[in-house]
Amino acid sequence: MIQFILRRSLVMIPQLILLSIIVFFLASAMPGDAVTGAFQNNPNVSPEQEEKIREKFGLNDPWYQQYGRWVSKALQGDLGMSYTHKQPVTVLLKDRLSNTLLLAGVTLLVTYLIAIPLGIIAGRWQDSWADKLIVTYNYVSFATPMFVFALLMLFVFSFQLGWFPIGGSVDIRAEGGTFDYYISKVKHLVLPVLSGALLMTYSTIQYLRNDIIDTKFKDFVKTARAKGVPENHVYTRHILRNSLLPIASFLGYEITGLIGGSIFIETIFSYPGLGQLFLNSIMLRDFQVVTALVMISGAAVIVGTMLSDIILSIVDPRIRID
Amino acid sequence: MSLLKVNNLKVHYPIRGGFFRTVKDHVRAVDGVSFELDKGETYGLVGESGCGKTTTGRAIIGLNSVTEGEIIFEGEDLVSLKHRDRRKYIQDIQMVFQDPYSSLNSRKNVLNIIAEPLRNFERLSPTEELLRVQELVERVGLTPESIYKYPHQFSGGQRQRIGIARALTLNPKLIIADEPVSALDVSVQAQVLNFMQDIQEEFDLTYLFISHDLGIVRHMSDRLGIMHNGRLVEEGTRDDIFENAQHPYTKRLLAAIPEMEPEKRIDKKVLREEVNRLYREQHDAYYSEDGRVYDLQSLTETHSVALQGGAKQ
Amino acid sequence: MGRPVLTIQNLSTSFRIQGEYYAAVDDVHLEVRKNEVLAIVGESGSGKSALALSIMGLHNMQQTKVEGHIDFQNQNLLDLSLKQLNQIRGKEIGMIFQDPMTALNPLATIGAQIEEPMKYHMKELSKRDRKLHALELLRRVGIRNEERVYNQYPHELSGGMRQRVVIAIALACDPVLLIADEPTTALDVTIQAQIMDLMKALQSEMDSGIILITHDLGVVAEMADRVAVMYAGQIVEIAEVTKLIRNPLHPYTRSLLNSLPSHTGGKERLHVIDGVVPALQNLERSGCRFAPRIAWIPESAHHENPTLEEVEPNHFVRCTCYQHFYFPEEKEGEMNDVTT
Repeated sequence: MIQFILRRSLVMIPQLILLSIIVFFLASAMPGDAVTGAFQNNPNVSPEQEEKIREKFGLNDPWYQQYGRWVSKALQGDLGMSYTHKQPVTVLLKDRLSNTLLLAGVTLLVTYLIAIPLGIIAGRWQDSWADKLIVTYNYVSFATPMFVFALLMLFVFSFQLGWFPIGGSVDIRAEGGTFDYYISKVKHLVLPVLSGALLMTYSTIQYLRNDIIDTKFKDFVKTARAKGVPENHVYTRHILRNSLLPIASFLGYEITGLIGGSIFIETIFSYPGLGQLFLNSIMLRDFQVVTALVMISGAAVIVGTMLSDIILSIVDPRIRID
Repeated sequence: MSLLKVNNLKVHYPIRGGFFRTVKDHVRAVDGVSFELDKGETYGLVGESGCGKTTTGRAIIGLNSVTEGEIIFEGEDLVSLKHRDRRKYIQDIQMVFQDPYSSLNSRKNVLNIIAEPLRNFERLSPTEELLRVQELVERVGLTPESIYKYPHQFSGGQRQRIGIARALTLNPKLIIADEPVSALDVSVQAQVLNFMQDIQEEFDLTYLFISHDLGIVRHMSDRLGIMHNGRLVEEGTRDDIFENAQHPYTKRLLAAIPEMEPEKRIDKKVLREEVNRLYREQHDAYYSEDGRVYDLQSLTETHSVALQGGAKQ
Repeated sequence: MGRPVLTIQNLSTSFRIQGEYYAAVDDVHLEVRKNEVLAIVGESGSGKSALALSIMGLHNMQQTKVEGHIDFQNQNLLDLSLKQLNQIRGKEIGMIFQDPMTALNPLATIGAQIEEPMKYHMKELSKRDRKLHALELLRRVGIRNEERVYNQYPHELSGGMRQRVVIAIALACDPVLLIADEPTTALDVTIQAQIMDLMKALQSEMDSGIILITHDLGVVAEMADRVAVMYAGQIVEIAEVTKLIRNPLHPYTRSLLNSLPSHTGGKERLHVIDGVVPALQNLERSGCRFAPRIAWIPESAHHENPTLEEVEPNHFVRCTCYQHFYFPEEKEGEMNDVTT
């Protein structure tokens, strides 16, 4: 088991190196650089001055020098300076990363809290009115674009009813560590989380429903019924155990999906997370920040996939680990 | 000269293990099998699951790669030939698969299924192709209009006939039939077996008949080979095997055939116990220390059995 | 012969196909006695498995209608609620399934799966006693390293071992009736022989009736006391096993027996009847259901409304066509004999 986890982790190293090279090249291939981004609307800076600044920051060096510099610094925790924020990228990322992780984690939790019971009900009582209702919800949620839904939520519950704050991650007046501070955090989370979760339940519900319908008449379930196991236990002990297994293993992928998918939600709810930062940095061509962010989300995909593999190998006895 | 001569055929698969997934050992799926098929005969290859009989058949037709050995078809060693040169020999060898439900592409109609080998190997005009397919379809006992139907519209027996028709399109000399009737109902089994015997005569076919069912093999084969652990334990004519089995594994297989006379049930049970006891007691005379079957030794001109003392390889 | 354990009367099991119900088991009467093995033989589409699942109430009831009487211990199983039925399933009636590769829950240990019926039907047993009983069951079905197997998962066992586990589960609560649905079909020849011998040994120690569902006449000849042959949802012949194999009467039974290659040994042609069991929707439900497949037998040979008749003591046959039946090849053979 430990050997498997170790080996699985080792595989990540070449993946990460490859990722970093790709990210670096994509970033430098973007039209314009930090200098154009920072001074494009400033008539006081002449092209000659721009060129001097480029020279000073090493932007004219060959790619491998730039890449080497970037990697060795990154390994020391220095991801460079953001030209637009005039702050180290690491500092810039720190708070936002924890915000995004909080948002993603809670969204995932709420998604499962909604999707798993609904999927089970729909699968177990297939073709009942409850099933039809759930399937309808599923189609609607699948078809609804997230930004439309999120704007609607914002409009109704913040502007019209005023129940929740319009943006931000916490009330600036709240003092860190107090009870009010946490309440404020929760209040700021409600709308972004619900907007994400209500639309994300689709795949889990659909998957669970189909799998339960499929498993219901499998041979081992017949065996269970032939033993005289009451119907509720047939579900809890036999069907669900098998049907929930793949969902546990999707967990890793879901997390990465959420980090990538946070762009819309964070932008609409002005939630200070990575997604929002990402969008802003692209617009301002903040090379260092964008590279760091793409690198982080890429690494998240790699780690998430590994997590999925490890979870699956733990929960499923059929996967042999030697 | 024999039509097919398989000489010391080996098919090994690597087992990987350890931290760097290096090759630790090999699964010896087929481990030195030799036999010959004469033109027009049916050779039965018998054994239980995992004995290597299917791998042997698939290796002959090129679906499994050969680790070592020769497959000499009409005097030419197929193993040493380049892929391109193999083609002209390979169209003389066709395969009929076990499961008529999954071995036919469900999205193609019968015309396209049967014509596929023709399109791969021969250039015919659409009309010629159609005529050839219709002829075959009628020969296997299906109505001419069935060429526009899809596999799911047929019963299991009919599907197996389609599979056979596909195998016949190129006028092959050898047909490798891998458990061709195992997935079929008893009475349908009999229909297909009768049919296979009919076309054998008509098309002058040689069969390599792979099966786990001794009753069927006995009915179909002139000679047979019994496989165990990737090797032949006994080979002989039908009478050699069924009337005069020597190897304890063959005896065990024969004793496993259900007794058709209800009065003899108890005797059969006693016989099985006896045979199993023999199998344990004589094990060392017939298997080496690491469980490998010894090489075949001739008892008579037709009958040979794997015994200790066979020539070392 | 023992008293009846289970009596089936007028049993019809219909499946819904495109909105219509079609009977896969059509008005079946059957009796299983104590200490006997009753084999139900037929090919796919004969309704034999549908019959077995009807007894256990294991059909998908949204797609299936089961009517008639299945009398077991003075109650009609078809009248019971699911809760009541669960008091019987696994306790009074045990079931063995065909494919040991799929019949066990892949995520539960062998021990847990054997103990499960005890949890519901033998509540007086402590956890420790359940384990002891499970280990004893494993030994009874011929598993020697039972302590090890107890903690293993299904995928770690071979097919034959798994089938032994499936049998152990069925025997866990000493059932009065055992239903074995193709118990050896998915197994290798030598394993099949072992499982048949095991079941025979277990049967002689138990006091119960066994229903053996199979398509394999070899298994029937080795295991059964009485045999019912099913064709297209109906029983066409019932007799004691020796009689049925020595002196089969119904054309379908004769065709089935003739289909066995091991019967002849040589390479001569097998006498069989062409065609297959018709699909449920295409089944002609009046008259003799086998008539379309033996068109060379004159219509007058069939009974208009064939029922199972006792033609000899304890030998029942449906339809009168059996008196006139011959295989076309037999006739040719006779004619050749005459000319030479």
